Amino acid sequence: MIRCDIPKAIPIKKIMQENPYVKTFVFEHTLNSQPGQFVNLWIPRIDEKPMSIAYDGGKEFWVSMFAVGPFSKAMHSLKVGDMVGVRGPYGKPFEFKKGQRLVMMAGGYGAAPLYNLTVRAIKQGCTVDFVVGARSKEHLLYVNRIKKLGASVKLHVATDDGSVGKKGYNTLILEELIANKKGKKIGCVYACGPEPMMKKVSDICFASKVNAQISVERYMKCGFGVCGQCSVDPKGFRTCVEGPCVSNEVARSVVEFGKYHRDKTGKMHKF
Amino acid sequence: MQLNVEFCGVKFRNPLVLASGVLGVTGASLKFVVENGAGGVTTKSIWREGHTGHPNPVIIANDHFMLNAVGLPDAGIEKAHIEIGEYMKGKPAPLIANIVEARIADFAEVAEKVSALHPDIIEVNISCPNVEDEFGKPFACSTHDAAAVTRAVRAKTKLPIVIKLSPNVLNIAEIARAVVDAGADGICAINTVGPGLLIDLETREPILANKVGGVSGPAIKPLSLKAVYDIHKALPKVPIIGTGGVITGEDALEMIMVGATLVGVGTAVYYRGVDCFQKINDEMMEWGKKRGIKNLDELRGVAHAGAYSKKFQNYS
Repeated sequence: MIRCDIPKAIPIKKIMQENPYVKTFVFEHTLNSQPGQFVNLWIPRIDEKPMSIAYDGGKEFWVSMFAVGPFSKAMHSLKVGDMVGVRGPYGKPFEFKKGQRLVMMAGGYGAAPLYNLTVRAIKQGCTVDFVVGARSKEHLLYVNRIKKLGASVKLHVATDDGSVGKKGYNTLILEELIANKKGKKIGCVYACGPEPMMKKVSDICFASKVNAQISVERYMKCGFGVCGQCSVDPKGFRTCVEGPCVSNEVARSVVEFGKYHRDKTGKMHKF
Repeated sequence: MQLNVEFCGVKFRNPLVLASGVLGVTGASLKFVVENGAGGVTTKSIWREGHTGHPNPVIIANDHFMLNAVGLPDAGIEKAHIEIGEYMKGKPAPLIANIVEARIADFAEVAEKVSALHPDIIEVNISCPNVEDEFGKPFACSTHDAAAVTRAVRAKTKLPIVIKLSPNVLNIAEIARAVVDAGADGICAINTVGPGLLIDLETREPILANKVGGVSGPAIKPLSLKAVYDIHKALPKVPIIGTGGVITGEDALEMIMVGATLVGVGTAVYYRGVDCFQKINDEMMEWGKKRGIKNLDELRGVAHAGAYSKKFQNYS
């Protein structure tokens, strides 16, 4: 069979507690994914959700999640050996060029897919400024993992309440990095996180003529381009196939980016 | 070979229309499909007041078939106003507005409200097989119910009406005749087949959240061809949108040869990408060009006459 988009049940190999709210689930399965892509995870009679891939080591992959709704709460109740349906990888990945200086702009749980990108990029000779933003210290995700990536990755932290790192949004750090002309020229900025934050990253990069790629997500049902639920205005392209990872130019052509999105019935809501 | 056709008085650049249910949630998405070669587009089913649809997973597929139980999600006539309005700005191709409801009186109301948005054609969905738990047996399974819905819609709109029929009956041609007698201008055949069911071995559970889902894709092409063949045979003057398992230009030509005027394309988006419309058109053109065919009128319904086998009648 050439195509098969039917979930395959895979046992959880390992569960890691990242912070008080987030667990990482490890699956022993060869996905052949690229950073920025996602998988659909399925728990029978609960739900199936698109989840970004936090790491793909070839023989195993990781997904990190906060227990926020019925699906992620059910995931958090699972034990090693419990089965979860997996299909994918889906979506257009991030792209990078060898040997460049990259900036990761991670808001909240956006740190996970950008960690995945960073692991790949430094193997290709890139250097990375990894900017993590979170509500407070206890919400920070992946900072210890990022610190272990070695000298080619520099960690920057911002928290809304100032409990660690810079007080305020992580985009303040991006502005400083761009303004500082001493280091190597920034090749590309990558954004993954809440959309208002990504819009800010998009605006800053556009104004300072720095390349950027943004992960633009919309409510998804199938994840592979059939249901049409994740189409964006005005071009009508699907964030699950033509996205989620798009150039800043494409993101800025999406009139709803940073402004509104549609729910599972197709009704519009403002951010 | 010219691909343009006329259906219920509406001119289409080519016979391929996006089938209802695939993409088409927004005006922009419908335009995206036209940019990829569709001759016309059908909206997702529009409800009077909206409907949530089923939980995930809603679509599963492999090389042979797709099972879907998306469950007709929609935000109602207000959303249709916005999205159809958006599509109508510089309308790139004819629009078929697909409507659905659970009660006959509500069909009449949604038909009236959707007509005010000026689509070219109204398609009436009385045949979705994946909402039976909510609404019972589809109207398309009985000549009486199918005709009653048609009459109710006919009374409220002057636009051409197409009734979308179910293959899950033994007498599709009789049902087609009943809806035409009740005032339908055309037939769309077929909706998805079944419903069907798939099980995950490891968890021992049905995979679709709704458990069952309508079957589409390559596996159903023989069923859709047979349905269109039967309807065209019974009602040769009634225009048909032939839908079901059309993935290639060859599939589309077969559909036209059994009697379809327009050809619905939906699941092919999964198999060949959103530009499947352009690919299918190119394949039809290439086939026709090699054989000196001038237009699709030369091919429509030809499978019924048996022109080729007549050459050999003296040998039987």
